[in-house]
Amino acid sequence: MTIEVTARYFAAFRERAGRDKERVQTQAHTAAELYGELAKRHGFADSIARCKVAVNDELADWNVALAAGDEVLFFPPVAGG
Amino acid sequence: MSFKITSDVIDPVARKRELEQQAAGACVTFEGWVRNHNDGAAVQALEYEAHQAIAEKEGARIVEEAMTRFAIVAVHCEHRVGKLGLGDCAVWVGASAAHRGAAFDACRYVIDETKARVPIWKKEHYASGATAWVNCATRTS
Repeated sequence: MTIEVTARYFAAFRERAGRDKERVQTQAHTAAELYGELAKRHGFADSIARCKVAVNDELADWNVALAAGDEVLFFPPVAGG
Repeated sequence: MSFKITSDVIDPVARKRELEQQAAGACVTFEGWVRNHNDGAAVQALEYEAHQAIAEKEGARIVEEAMTRFAIVAVHCEHRVGKLGLGDCAVWVGASAAHRGAAFDACRYVIDETKARVPIWKKEHYASGATAWVNCATRTS
């Protein structure tokens, strides 16, 4: 089943993708699968083990199931401090 | 107890005042400053970006955890975003407690967890003119 979600990119992901968000038609079931698709499209080189994801403004597990209309926020490796 | 993302200059004196309580006999503070080098490259400035709402939510969890884990009376963390110059204070953490051990432990806990968990990103601007996002394998230039 194909669903449409909004992907939002931050910091290095935003600069690499050349945009801060986009609508995506996907067959991905989980945030991890969606990251795999988008990483291929945009050349993101970071493994999900080092990145974080939020769905609808809440930090989420990479295995969270996606639903149509979700806003999925991709966070590259954090570097505060 | 609070965690804040700010684009304003951090005022350590004002922040420390928020930790003052008569039950406290110890206060430990940590300041993270912008230094002029990293991994052998000369750094001229840093640019911090955060997802403010999620950063403040995750940060609030961290200071709550510190309150639960350590015998402290107050704890506060503030992280700056935007472009910072050499010597600027990028992050401030302070904890007060009846005794020093808990204050040291809580301060260390909050800065370590903040660096590992809070969605804040740091871009280094080098003397060469190049830039790079710290910790990130994704190339942007």
